[in-house]
Amino acid sequence: MRRREVVSGRVAGIVQFENVGLRYGQGEEVLRDVSFALAPGEFYFLTGASGAGKTSLLSLLYLAQRPSRGIIRLFGEDVVTLPRARMPGFRRRIGVVYQDFRLVPHLSIADNVALPLRIAGADESDVAEAVHEMLAWVGLSHRATARPVTLSGGEQQRVAIARAVAGRPELLLADEPTGNVDEAMADRLMQLFTSLNGLGTTVVVATHDPQLLRQVKAAQLMRLADGRLLDPTGALRFPPARVSMA
Amino acid sequence: MSTAIARVLDPTRAGRAMVGVLAIMLFMTLLAAAAGIGAGRGAAALGARLSGRATVQLTDADPVARTAAAARALAALRSSSAVTSARAVPRAELEKLVAPWLGSAADDPDLPMPELIDLELAPGDDALATARAVLRRAAPSAVIDSHGAAVAPLARLLRVAAVVAAAAAALMVAASAAVVVLAARAGLEAHRATIAVIHGLGATDIQVAGLFQRRVARDAATAALVATASAGAATALLVRPFAAGSGALGDAVALGAQGWGVLAALPFAFVGFAALVARRTVTHALARTL
Ligand SMILES: Nc1ncnc2c1ncn2[C@@H]1O[C@H](COP(=O)(O)OP(=O)(O)OP(=O)(O)O)[C@@H](O)[C@H]1O
Ligand SMILES: [Mg+2]
Repeated sequence: MRRREVVSGRVAGIVQFENVGLRYGQGEEVLRDVSFALAPGEFYFLTGASGAGKTSLLSLLYLAQRPSRGIIRLFGEDVVTLPRARMPGFRRRIGVVYQDFRLVPHLSIADNVALPLRIAGADESDVAEAVHEMLAWVGLSHRATARPVTLSGGEQQRVAIARAVAGRPELLLADEPTGNVDEAMADRLMQLFTSLNGLGTTVVVATHDPQLLRQVKAAQLMRLADGRLLDPTGALRFPPARVSMA
Repeated sequence: MSTAIARVLDPTRAGRAMVGVLAIMLFMTLLAAAAGIGAGRGAAALGARLSGRATVQLTDADPVARTAAAARALAALRSSSAVTSARAVPRAELEKLVAPWLGSAADDPDLPMPELIDLELAPGDDALATARAVLRRAAPSAVIDSHGAAVAPLARLLRVAAVVAAAAAALMVAASAAVVVLAARAGLEAHRATIAVIHGLGATDIQVAGLFQRRVARDAATAALVATASAGAATALLVRPFAAGSGALGDAVALGAQGWGVLAALPFAFVGFAALVARRTVTHALARTL
């Protein structure tokens, strides 16, 4: 049995947004009054039409930018006012699969996957083992020494996923992680995410692929439309302190 | 950080051209500094050797009158406070001086030779004028020549050359510093995407700055090695003909231990400065990100 802690009537979320707004430069707000809480260990899908603001919302989560207004708490701490010096510590607890992969082109696949571990100062022996395991998981062991440019789009995406999960992050953010792979590979990658989720990682997958949503039965849906989070029942804002079967 | 992560910045994007430019700048800086130090020392050495010296010449046609005038001049000069020492140059020495022109005829005892008196003047600008006044009373036919006055144009030229070379060296140092700044910025531009990725993966400013600083320092060190070797060889070649036992001019051109010390320190300062600039460039750029 797994039970969420309830603190003053609200879930002690791994992520909390309160009336968050985001605008780029002097433009209109691309996110408006976004409020929600993510419970630790849950699986979320973030959906919405192209341009709805999915990547923008994720970028706030992986600390690539600060919101124009509102409050964001990550791992229980306010990150809007968090000093720069403490950001790296937070980023190391988050795995990100970028929509555009962002692999380092002159590094081998293995070195790309090893990056977060080396940045965190892991022992080389541990790095080698973790990299090996991750590459096997995404089915790319045989390409360990290849450069990213020699891989297909889908293969590069799998490298990006391996890199994001290599450090066993507490929070995994994946932006269209199956956009470049066929259905079979998409299934396999979703299984990777659910296994990770089973190990306790909170997962957020942004996608507009309705096929994908059906794959994870226990997942919760976050729907963005025109910069607003649709939450008719308030379940995202105040998740019920339900008891789920572990 | 492990050595594995040191490879994260693409080695092929370091900007080979920048290494070449850095090497050329440092080479020129070293040569300008060497020229400045050499010329400065030369001017100082020449000035110190010659400024206090003068020669008195007596050229009366009658040998008896000439000898008498020389004796009077010597006595008067020796008692003057403007002169610290006065020495009659012996005939043998004079013969040796003129031998290259006259050959064995210089030994002829009947050859009329002027009487010469070597003077060391007391310090002070008016010593020469005082000595001249003393001579006019004791031996009106005597002519006095200051060595300093004779080589004054050369000493002045050396001093001007030293100032020009020092200014050139200063300008080259400034230009090198500017090139280092540009190289660091170009390096940051070349590695920007990679830096963004490792920053996003939780690398600290110190980690990123360290990686980048090491890369730029290594480029600068490569440039410094090439520049120092070339400049050292060039300077040694230029200095050699004057080096050993060639008197005033040798001292003038040789750089001295201090001079070589300054030149040896320049490349190290250059690499240190490059590393510092690289660090500041990247921390400044990172500070503008989140
Ligand atoms: N860097 C930026 N500068 C200005 N506007 C931006 C920037 N990034 C995104 N936007 C705008 O913000 C809005 C939301 O974009 P975002 O990328 O978050 O959408 P998305 O839901 O991820 O879309 P997609 O499904 O196509 O990836 C869009 O209107 C987009 O034009
Ligand atoms: Mg997007």
